[in-house]
Amino acid sequence: MERSGKIMVLAETAKGDRPASISLELMGLGRELADGLGTSLSVVILGSGVGDAARELARYGPDEVLSLDHPSLGAYNPDLYKEAILGLLKSSPPRALLAGHTSLGQDLLPRLAFSLDCGLVTDCVGVKVEGGEILFIRPVFGGNALAVQKATTDTAMATVRARVGEVPAPSATPCEVRPVEVETPAPRLEIKGREIIEDRECPLEEAPVVVSGGRGMGGEEGFSQLRELASLLGGAVGASRPPVDSGWAPTTCQVGITGKVVAPDLYIAVAISGSTQHLSGMSEAGKIVAINKDPDAYIFKVSDYGVVGDWKQVLPSFTAALRETARD
Amino acid sequence: MSVNIIVCAKQVPDPEGPPSSFEVNEAERRVIPRGIPPVINPFDENALEAAIRIKESSGAFITLLSLGRSLSRAVILKAVASGADASMLVEGDAFDPSGLDASATASLLAAAIEKIGPCDLILCGRQAADTNAGLVGLGLAAILGLPAVTLAQKVEVVDGRVRVERVLPDGLEVVEAPLPALVTVSGEVGDLRYPSLQAIKAAKALPQTVLGPEDLGVDPSGLRRVETVALKAPSRERNCKLVEADTPEEAGRKLALTLRQDKVI
Repeated sequence: MERSGKIMVLAETAKGDRPASISLELMGLGRELADGLGTSLSVVILGSGVGDAARELARYGPDEVLSLDHPSLGAYNPDLYKEAILGLLKSSPPRALLAGHTSLGQDLLPRLAFSLDCGLVTDCVGVKVEGGEILFIRPVFGGNALAVQKATTDTAMATVRARVGEVPAPSATPCEVRPVEVETPAPRLEIKGREIIEDRECPLEEAPVVVSGGRGMGGEEGFSQLRELASLLGGAVGASRPPVDSGWAPTTCQVGITGKVVAPDLYIAVAISGSTQHLSGMSEAGKIVAINKDPDAYIFKVSDYGVVGDWKQVLPSFTAALRETARD
Repeated sequence: MSVNIIVCAKQVPDPEGPPSSFEVNEAERRVIPRGIPPVINPFDENALEAAIRIKESSGAFITLLSLGRSLSRAVILKAVASGADASMLVEGDAFDPSGLDASATASLLAAAIEKIGPCDLILCGRQAADTNAGLVGLGLAAILGLPAVTLAQKVEVVDGRVRVERVLPDGLEVVEAPLPALVTVSGEVGDLRYPSLQAIKAAKALPQTVLGPEDLGVDPSGLRRVETVALKAPSRERNCKLVEADTPEEAGRKLALTLRQDKVI
């Protein structure tokens, strides 16, 4: 099939009107695809007052930034976001549309894909060009298998996990930022309110280091020790499902197929046995370290470093030794 | 106000099974479950639980809808007995999940839902434990032209509207939509209750419709928008360097020094 069209990245903003790090990673991935297919790279940003983020994105190698900036797009409402971008996709259908596998990406991309009858591959851990086709790699069956998939439609859509793409070096000569007119229909969904529970200074999905506790933590107190270690390493605290079910850690901390999927440079699993459901959420980490008193715990099979022992005895000296040897 | 609710429930190989129970057949591009029973997809169980809670608080007639190649009647019975009022099973070789993608599945489910009749609320799990894609719910809403809210941790029906507490990565938001609507449900809703033996017996008498491919009138071939070109067994296992010492305290220290030495930290 003859296919045309550019590569398009749907960017998101993080705190403080900056592009989210996942969006910068997608700029790297999008550029690889565009070069591989001999086409151009556009980035679309939606929101209210996103001028700074749009200008910032323009430094990360796209050929154009399309800015859909409108007061009605301040907070995410799927009805408004979908209509805002749909016109753009209809008037010049891209070869591929990439978004992060984030809260927004998971909600918006399916709506766009089904509106335009396009193939969408979610939760990708790899995207590549092979023989002129875009192939998407994603875990299935809780990570017990990896599927290589492609869209059968002219436009392919995908949501990509954090830390899959590499952030390109910013350029001194940014590309053009082009404002796009925004349609504002009356939404059917009404957002009545938001409640923020977790501090997003260091979002779990973006943290370079994640320190997680499991069932063997035995209670809430242990998690304060994990927080101490995480803050020493500039990371975030996670948990497997049992501590969340028991109320020792907030649900926003849960790592696994039913929680968050993380791929930090370093994952420290404390008192976690390594269920399939948990492994699916962290097995893409750079290095994995396990502390568990059961020498037969499955977690050791998927770890790079391990200590067999009770965390109550191992962890304090581990944290203390790291603090003593901290480089300035 | 009593509402008609349809809960879409997929049967999947028990996702809690050990890695060895998922045999990856690369040649046929399918995963063959070994020694693990089929279960209702856990998030679909959460959706059923959400429906039962609506039934308890404001009244509802719940139809459980399941689509697959060959559905375990025992699994369906137990789910229905938890609090549903009827079930519809759509079954046939053409409906083997490995041959369908989200677009095809959503089209088939939409056709089945039209056969069930008017409904106010469709509940789906946020994603299936086998494909993990999280697409069918929103696909169904798009085909049926319904407003859709994803990732519910609480679902209520109030004055002809659905009120959803929706899970955000850093908290939650409250979203309302007019009925009829579709909501996808997350694990935070809570586990599906266990039915009593008495309820399981009584559920055998509840209405059940079984449809085959010819009844549905939709040919899933040609509806796919995504194709699986290869399936591989992942290499998850790593060589673990076990750090040993005379005492656990010393092992903790040694682990720190090893990670520093290897420039991991």
